[in-house]
Amino acid sequence: MTARIGVVVFPGSNRDADAMNAVRVAGGEPVVLWHESADLAGVDAIILPGGFAYGDYIRAGVIARFSPVMRAVAGFAGEGGLVLGICNGFQVLAEAGLVPGALLRNRGLRFVCRQVSIAPERLDSPFTAGVGERRPLRMPVAHGEGCYFADEQTLDALEADGQVLFRYVHADGTLAADADDPANPNGSRRGIAGVTNAAGNVAGLMPHPETAVEAILGSDDGLLLIRSLVDSAAARATSGRSLVAAGR
Amino acid sequence: MTSGRAFRFAVNVTPKPGILDPQGRAVEGSLGHLGIDGVSGVRVGRRVELTVDAPTEGEARAVVDSLASELLSNPLIEAYAVELLGAGSATTSRAKVRA
Repeated sequence: MTARIGVVVFPGSNRDADAMNAVRVAGGEPVVLWHESADLAGVDAIILPGGFAYGDYIRAGVIARFSPVMRAVAGFAGEGGLVLGICNGFQVLAEAGLVPGALLRNRGLRFVCRQVSIAPERLDSPFTAGVGERRPLRMPVAHGEGCYFADEQTLDALEADGQVLFRYVHADGTLAADADDPANPNGSRRGIAGVTNAAGNVAGLMPHPETAVEAILGSDDGLLLIRSLVDSAAARATSGRSLVAAGR
Repeated sequence: MTSGRAFRFAVNVTPKPGILDPQGRAVEGSLGHLGIDGVSGVRVGRRVELTVDAPTEGEARAVVDSLASELLSNPLIEAYAVELLGAGSATTSRAKVRA
């Protein structure tokens, strides 16, 4: 079956078309979810795309958090639905408390827009199951507030619980854990580029896999992530439907 | 139409101690260009002013606390302080309160 992947559009989203394209390239069917509607149209998974939702006023992501669609997304996530937040989408998830931590102003103060290298910490998540052996994964970042922050105790707990999904690495794959490491584009604590919630069904990352899905774009490494999401969503939808059928 | 009074507040949001504040650091770093020294500990925050219609100051403060903690600040990284700027009657003197 073809997984239907909802892409939420907030006023100020600007990577929504890229996310929809990536879903198509990965073999899924993108479905637009407008921020003012709490109707998720029965989608199998949801992407919160990059951009500047509600102008990033107050703090990036916080106003989006209170939109009708986000109340529905929180319910969807609470029931185990797959949600991926990319860049501004990660900021929205963090503000909503759906993933741990916060995204601070970049350590260097500048908006950073360049290719980075990341590596997954685990391959048994629905967001990385299809990543395979390729390391590092090359894709762009484009953000002013991407410095991942959580207190030391929380960071220890995230590492112990396997909730760190991606870290920034050098081209040779060595970790960029230090905040001042040039391969760490924003000063993120412990080089963290992406995290999941405790249940593992909600993930956020600052880099943009959705704009690295075809070789002509400079990298197709991001496709591995988007395809993981699409395939995981399809597998879950199929098993969910067969459970319903078996129950009849 | 609201009965009761109008209370004008300011909410001052600042980065919590220990949270890196690159804006504050940049401001501090620029002071040398102004020929100013002896200034340290610069922290850049945000000030939001608003008017709340409520029967009592206590109820108005409760509204401000709720929106300050939910929306105006992120308790993981920021602290806030509420300051009462003035009070007037809700229906007629909002302009006066605002002044």
